[in-house]
Amino acid sequence: MVHVYFGRRYHLSASHRLHSESLTGEENRAAYGKCNNPHGHGHNYVVEVLVGGGIDPETGMVINLAALDEVVQTSVLERFDHANLNLDPLFVNQVPTTENLTRAVFGVLKDALPVGKLEHVRVEETENNFFLFQGE
Amino acid sequence: MIELTRRATFSASHFYWNDAWSQEKNEQVFGKCARRNGHGHNYTLEVTVAGDPDPVTGFVVDLKWLRDVMEREVLSAYDHRHLNLEVPEFVEKTLVPTTENIAISAWKRLEPAVNTAKGARLTRVRVYETPEIFAEFRGES
Repeated sequence: MVHVYFGRRYHLSASHRLHSESLTGEENRAAYGKCNNPHGHGHNYVVEVLVGGGIDPETGMVINLAALDEVVQTSVLERFDHANLNLDPLFVNQVPTTENLTRAVFGVLKDALPVGKLEHVRVEETENNFFLFQGE
Repeated sequence: MIELTRRATFSASHFYWNDAWSQEKNEQVFGKCARRNGHGHNYTLEVTVAGDPDPVTGFVVDLKWLRDVMEREVLSAYDHRHLNLEVPEFVEKTLVPTTENIAISAWKRLEPAVNTAKGARLTRVRVYETPEIFAEFRGES
């Protein structure tokens, strides 16, 4: 079957503070700089989801856009949009860097898709930096 | 090996419809995209070619040449056209002109021409329907 990739970009705004309990205050400031400021800060993240699979001959689609939107809305946007990432259970034991956010989004979406395979999650933290996770 | 990507834009109209289905089912699956008078998008076509830079020119392929290939093979057929009504692969095969099928069709149009360039091969075609929606084809593997 012909393998095609379908991609979709979503926007979410969230706050975080980069701070590791295993480092001293000074080490945290050295490692994270401004990102360690105590009250946190926020970003407008762009989350790109890439789904791979065969094309359904009846619809011409890898995955129905509306179905993908619903899954992302339910499992990612409702959870992380306008939230403080540090307070999410996923980030109790790990720093909510965008690396870890990218893996977290991949983790919650991987088994939630109605069809197709989650090929990658790419998260842009700002226009100038982004992170890509393609699974283990 | 290095990959080189060139972008171009085209504007076209389309609608989504499966003749084997009732109007109700078409509307249920395709939503607004099933409206028979069609609608349009500003598409972006991204074409990626891989190869080793030529030792004399430093080019994988000449970008002007690639631009002309994209223009001749794809844009001249798709730009300012109604995909369902005017573009042969969608008219004749009653293929739904989804972004996925446009990516595959653009690949099929480009591959023979791109692969005539010595040492270069087509590795990826990505089509953006909007800045937020795209489909990508990397060939039959």
